[in-house]
Parts: sequence; C-alpha cells; structure tokens
Amino acid sequence: MSKTLIRGAQVLGGEPQDVLIEDGTVAQVGTGLSAEGAEVVEAAGKVLLPGLVDLHTHLREPGREDSETVLTGTRAAASGGYTAVFAMANTFPVADTAGVVEQVYRLGQEHGYCDVQPVGAVTVGLEGRKLAELGAMHESAAGVTVFSDDGKCVDDAVIMRRALEYVKAFGGVVAQHAQEPRLTEGAQMNEGVVSAELGLGGWPAVAEESVIARDVLLAEHVGSRVHICHLSTAGSVEIVRWAKSRGIDVTAEVTPHHLLLTDELVRTYDPVYKVNPPLRTERDVRALREALADGTIDIVATDHAPHPHEDKDCEWAAAAMGMVGLETALSVVQETMVDTGLLTWAQVAERMSFKPAEIGRASGHGRPVSAGEPANLTLVDTAYRGPVDPAGFASRSRNTPYRGRALPGRVTHTWLRGKATLVDGKLT
Amino acid sequence: MQRHLISAADLSRDDAVLILDTAEEMARVADRPIKKLPTLRGRTVVNLFFEDSTRTRISFEAAEKRLSADVINFSAKGSSVSKGESLKDTAQTLEAMGVDAVVIRHGASGAPYRLANSGWIDAAVINAGDGTHQHPTQALLDAFTMRRRLVGRDAGLGRDLAGRRITLVGDVLHSRVARSNVDLLHTLGAEVTLVAPPTLVPVGVGSWPCEISYDLDSVLPKSDAVMMLRVQRERMNAAFFPTEREYSRRYGLDADRMARMPGDAIVMHPGPMVRGMEITAEVADSERCTAVEQVANGVSIRMAVLYLLLGGNEPAVTHTRTEEK
Amino acid sequence: MDRQQDTQGPDARPVLEGPDIARVLTRIAHEIVERAKGADDVVLLGIPTRGVFLARRLAVKLEEITERAIPVGSLDITMYRDDLRMHPPRALARTEIPGDGIDGRLVVLVDDVLFSGRTIRAALDALNDIGRPRAVQLAVLVDRGHRELPIRADYVGKNLPTSLRETVKVLLAEEDGRDTVLLGAKQTAQ
Repeated sequence: MSKTLIRGAQVLGGEPQDVLIEDGTVAQVGTGLSAEGAEVVEAAGKVLLPGLVDLHTHLREPGREDSETVLTGTRAAASGGYTAVFAMANTFPVADTAGVVEQVYRLGQEHGYCDVQPVGAVTVGLEGRKLAELGAMHESAAGVTVFSDDGKCVDDAVIMRRALEYVKAFGGVVAQHAQEPRLTEGAQMNEGVVSAELGLGGWPAVAEESVIARDVLLAEHVGSRVHICHLSTAGSVEIVRWAKSRGIDVTAEVTPHHLLLTDELVRTYDPVYKVNPPLRTERDVRALREALADGTIDIVATDHAPHPHEDKDCEWAAAAMGMVGLETALSVVQETMVDTGLLTWAQVAERMSFKPAEIGRASGHGRPVSAGEPANLTLVDTAYRGPVDPAGFASRSRNTPYRGRALPGRVTHTWLRGKATLVDGKLT
Repeated sequence: MQRHLISAADLSRDDAVLILDTAEEMARVADRPIKKLPTLRGRTVVNLFFEDSTRTRISFEAAEKRLSADVINFSAKGSSVSKGESLKDTAQTLEAMGVDAVVIRHGASGAPYRLANSGWIDAAVINAGDGTHQHPTQALLDAFTMRRRLVGRDAGLGRDLAGRRITLVGDVLHSRVARSNVDLLHTLGAEVTLVAPPTLVPVGVGSWPCEISYDLDSVLPKSDAVMMLRVQRERMNAAFFPTEREYSRRYGLDADRMARMPGDAIVMHPGPMVRGMEITAEVADSERCTAVEQVANGVSIRMAVLYLLLGGNEPAVTHTRTEEK
Repeated sequence: MDRQQDTQGPDARPVLEGPDIARVLTRIAHEIVERAKGADDVVLLGIPTRGVFLARRLAVKLEEITERAIPVGSLDITMYRDDLRMHPPRALARTEIPGDGIDGRLVVLVDDVLFSGRTIRAALDALNDIGRPRAVQLAVLVDRGHRELPIRADYVGKNLPTSLRETVKVLLAEEDGRDTVLLGAKQTAQ
C-alpha cells in the first residue's frame, strides 16, 4: 500500500517532526523516521496542519453550475488546504429534501478532492414558513447535522424556536444567517459614513445584532445549541460574548474577508466588494480579530460564494453579493491573525479544523496529527508571500477581492485520507 | 479638472470657480440672435438616460446643441436595456459608434463612476444624476444661481461663496442634489445647514462638512438662501413621516416662514416642485424664488462643463489659465 | 495675440516705447476718421486681452477728434479658434457688444499683433454670429508678417519684419504696468 513520509514539518507550528502516512492513516509521528518504500515530501520550514474544515461554502450545484460545481468547488477547497466543506442549501432546487442532499454528498465522494457535507435548509424553499424535513435529511446517506437558510434569515421567531428544539432529537445545529429583513430592505452596504456619502442603501449593524440577541435567548430558553454564521460587527461580538458568559450553547464564525477588509473599499463602487453581510468598519474588523483570538468567535468559515463574471462586471446595485474564499482563506488568516501575533498555528488549527468539524459533527475530520488518526493533512509554506492571481484559481469563478494583493502563505500539499489532492501547489 | 465629472466632491475651488466664470460667458450667448457656438463641431455626445428625466435631458441637449455637438439621445425605455442588456454592453455599443462623451443618468448610485473607471469605454463621462449619490451639474447651477443673486453677475466673476449661509430643507437621505450641494458649497466656502426630520437624514451624516438641524424656524433668519428639496409622497408610506400635513407644518415653506428670512435671501428649488407639500404656491411664484432662473442657468452651466471637458485636447486644468494674462 | 505664449528670451529688445505707441495710435485714429469719412458709424471691438485696451485708447483719441462718443466693446474669439483641439480648453474672456449692436455699422477690429491671421479669421466668424456690419476693418499695433490666410490689416501701427524664430510681445500699462513692444528670440521649450 502507499506510504508517504512528510519530513521535517513543523506540526501545528511546533518543532520539526516527520509524519508517516500509511494506508490513509497517520502511522507515525516522530523524528528520524525511516523513509523506506515511502514517497518523501521535504517539508523543512513548512507548517503541517490538520486538513481544514469549512463550515460555510456555496458549491452552487445543482442549479448554478455556471458559477461553481461540486467538482470545481472541491478542487478549489483542496487548493486552499481543505479536506471537508459544508455545502450551503441555497441551490436550485433548494437542499431541503433528502434527495438533494444525497446528490450533493455523492458528487463530493465521487470526485474525491474533498469531503462534502451538505447543509440542509431549515425551511422549505428557504421561505421561512414551513420546516423542511430535517429528520429525513439527517437520516439520509448525507447524514445532515447542520441546518441553515443561509442567504436568508430564519426571521420568524416561532419557526426559529421550533427548529432549535427539533434538531435536538439528533444533535443537529441551526446555523443562523442573522439579518433582520425589514431593516435591510434595499440595503447595499454597511450603514455609516461611507454609505451616507456614496448614496447606497444602508445595512445597519443592528439588523444583524438584534437577530443574534433574539436567537441566543431562544437557544437558552429551549436548551438547544445555535451557530451564528459570519459575524460582522463589534456589537455581534459583544452579544455572543455575553451569551457565552451566561453558558448559552452558542458558536460563531467569522469570514476571512471580514477580518481584513472594510467598507472604505466600496468607494470604488466595484461589486467585487459587495458581500452579505457587508464589509464593515475598521473598528468592527478590530473587534472581530480580538474575538477570534480570545475564542468568543469559535471558527473561521469562508462563505465561499462564487458568481460568474457578468454578475460582478456591472453597476453596484445590479451585482450579486459574495466573494470566493476557499483558495485565499488561510493566507488571509495568516496575514490578519498569525503574522500579527494574535494566533499561533496551533490555534489556527483549532479554529479552522478541530472546532468546525466538532460543530458540524464531521467525523474523521478535525483530528489531531497523531498516530492512528485519518491522514487529512495540509502543508503550508508560511514563508511565501505573493500577489493573488485569480487566473490560477481552481474555482470556476474569479470574484475575489484580493486580486493583485500580496498575501502570505501558500498551501503546497493537501492529503485527504492519505491521498494527495494537492502536490507542490498543483491539484492531482 | 479630471477627465470626467462624476462627483461635485472631485472639484477643487479653482475648478468650480472656473466653471462658474465660464458659464457666465456662456449665458451671454443666450442673449445673442444666433445662440450657437462652433466649439464642439464634429464631437458626438450621447445622452444616456436610464431614468426618465425630461428636464435634465433637455437641458443637456440644449447645451450640447448650442456648442454644435452631434447629439444622440438614448433612453432606456423601450430599448434593449429594458430587455436586460447590461450597462457595460450598452456603453460598449456607444463606444463603437465613436462617442466622445457620455452624459449618463442612472438609478443606481455609482453607475457613472463604474462607467468611467471600469475600462469599458474611453469617452468622457458626465454624471447627470446617479441614484441617491450625486448630481454635480445641478449643484453647479445652484451655486451659479446663488453667486449671481448673492454676489452679483459681474461682481461674482472669479469669486466663490465664502461666508454665505445656505440652508437645504427636505429629504436629504434620498437626495443626490443635497449630497452634491453640500460638497460643492463647502468647497466654495459657504456655510451649509441641512434641515430635515431625523428620519430623512442619513446615518453617518456627522462626517459631512455641514450643520444639521431639525428645526426650520430657528435656521431661517440665518439663511442667505433656502433650498427646498423635493419630498416624494411615497416616503410617507415607508413611515419617514406621519402625514403630508404634519410634514408641511414642520418643514414646508410658506409665506409666513419666508417672511422670517433676511430681506434679500432667496428661495431655491431644483424642481419639479410638489406645491402644497414642501412649498406653497405663493412662495414658489414669488420674486424671491429662483426656480425658473435655475433652469436657464442649467443650460449655461452644462455648456461650460462640456466646453471645459471636451473643448480642447485634454480637460481644462487650472494651471493652464495663465497664458492670456 | 497669436502664439504670444512663446516665451521670450532675456535679451528681448524694445522696438516701440510708450511715446511711440501713443503716437501710432493717434495716427491710426486719424486714418480711421479719414477713411470712414468722419467715423459716424464706427464701432471698435478689441480682441482680448490687449486688443481691448488698444480699442479703448483708440476710442478716446477718436472722441477727441470727432467730439462724439465712440462705441467700444470686446470680442472674445476663443470658442471660434481653429486650434482648440491642440490645447487644453482656455478660460473664456468677455465679449461685450455695445448697446446699439453692430448691424449696419463699420466695425473696426483691434488687436495687438497681426501674425498668421487665424485670430482675425476666428473674429470674423464670431462677428457673423452677432450681427451684420456694413463693413469690417482691422487695426493692429504691430504687423509681423508670416500670414497663413488671405487677411491684411487696414491700419498698422508698425510693420515689423521678423523671422519665425523671433517673438513679438506687446506690453500695455493696463495689463503689464508699462507700454512697450519687445522683439526677442524664441525660447526653446523648457
């Protein structure tokens, strides 16, 4: 059977060690391991992480294969160092039945670049009125545990309460896209100084914060757990911090772009910066970084949202919201959190692998790099720094806000259960 | 001046004064038997209107024709745009026809900025109003009207509006006219006060170079010019204010209120006026109301902008003004 | 005023001084009265900038001779230039037509230097849009030759043969603080 020896890697950023992979499993971790019969990967100076897990990806298949497919999306994931992604339910048709989630799950397995865990819709058609068959989706081959109407908010307090209660039966979690719909009618960007000047519809922070406040209280009341998608404001951080201090079972994610970019960029009117939730202010960015560092925010999730060129090459109001992120996420986290001294690589592993796998109950992922564990691994050249070139993306879409921006870190290798999906920066 | 005119905020004080001075000369053309200049002969200007605005389009068209430009009017209604053609495709179609300038009115804030900066076309872009963002030629014609009335036609040449107290009243939140005027009037040295119900002032207005007041009566005696902004009735349904009657009572300009203004202060309105709601007929028809003058001044200002952007081999910049002195 | 923007070297020398300028203007005024048979219907239009000052000075002299008010105005030709596309747009100068207009009158255009003739061509076009004079004549302080169009002056202060490498610069008290005409070598571009 196949053997791979990763030699001299800094495991989770620690001292150099050798890691031997055998039959899809980490066989040995130590120094001076024998390379006999093994393919050797020289990893001196590089950091070895557990395969990254993204709790928030849009793969677009079925329905919008012009922007992404399960194949192109999982190749992008492997390029970015991911071994598992959770595929959001806002496809056409919506992933609100066992049939759709099984299809997406199987496509991921067939392609073999990255495990795909479908997210099930909370309500039928994401319409917020009638619960989807959450149990059936859980019992399907896809084994759905995360439910979200992402793209839309589960706005109705009663529906939200019922969903939170109902998923307790099988350990599921509701991931809320917190956006009060009435407060965000016609909203185009963060409401503040810049929106006032640009004359673009304001998206107030309170539209996010009020929903989060309600939902943590609902979770407390019914004794369920709730996950908050893409936190974007300093106020949201305060609410989650307060909820955790009360012992409420809440977890939260932040996207790489909300850790780096601000609404000042909207002054270009370039829709590549149009995203939901919108880019916020410098003060929010600081609060999000601190919260990710102190654990108030549990994980980084990409909200990878591919869109075809024509949906972004237009006037701001007509453009689609979202950014691709799988292939730049780790670089942005290194730039904003590691190189700034806010996180160690071990803490990055916690926030981009262990914890998201735990929230999503992704078995076999987010495991320590130690003997006997599945060989889901990511090797990163952290000394690299260079400009982002979308032409090199594996994703079908190019809507990245980082075009030409110099970022640190490059994933050189990714292994999914011992099989290399990325070698020297090239997909297999 | 830059190659395009997208925002009043892009104009320096000297650029703005140059435009006003040039417009003053353009205005004299209107008094001649032949109201036409050969300056833009052989240049093609397209008026690309994605929103209906007969007033603004006619004003630009008159300015273009007085300068002898070839004019193409393009209205989105009934065209391929209403069938889903993108701004980019429309722009590139026009570019292929050899257009030198595009005058664009668009419902989306930032559309002219995109058109000018996306590399879609080479033509000069003049913003004729975009969403709730900017309407720079409106601000220029307003400033021109103020300078004529408050400083003087000839006395105003070369001068700005330093120290003049200008009050804008009404729906600031949805007004591109308000944004453009605040930027330009500030550049020209005026002291600007915005008066509106708090619901119609944008969050973030604190960074604007102006004062905010919710009380019209206290501001009127300290105003050299009061500009009434249009308030659309449909705002009422979105709970920006309770009733038309209440709006008029607190923010409408009637004869009693006008009497509280200084004797030589003027009343301005960018039009079209909603009589009865933001302004009474008595005020609108009074000597002090400049609404009709503003329309005439609009043509002169647009001639000046077109000349300064298109009249030479490159746009006018302030440091080229020395040669005939 | 054609090509006056060429910078003049430091070695420029005066070819007309203040008293000379006053004298030739007096002579031109007399010539106008003589040729226009009393100058009853003369309107003087100066071409900005210095042609306007010359026109006003001529008007004063004509009024002394005829003891009548002589209408004087200015005619900006910027918008009629044939070289607009070769430079950034210029700031406009004032066009001021005297109250009774120019229809049926004898218009005397006044400029400081006659060179290529293109300014006068533009001035004739501009006049065309303003009215229909009985006749148009041209008075210039200096004719330096090198015409590019079939245009000649009716009244010339001084004929000044020049080479194209030379520049002629008219300075007038109203604008420049002193009266003089300088002939110098063209300064090559900085």
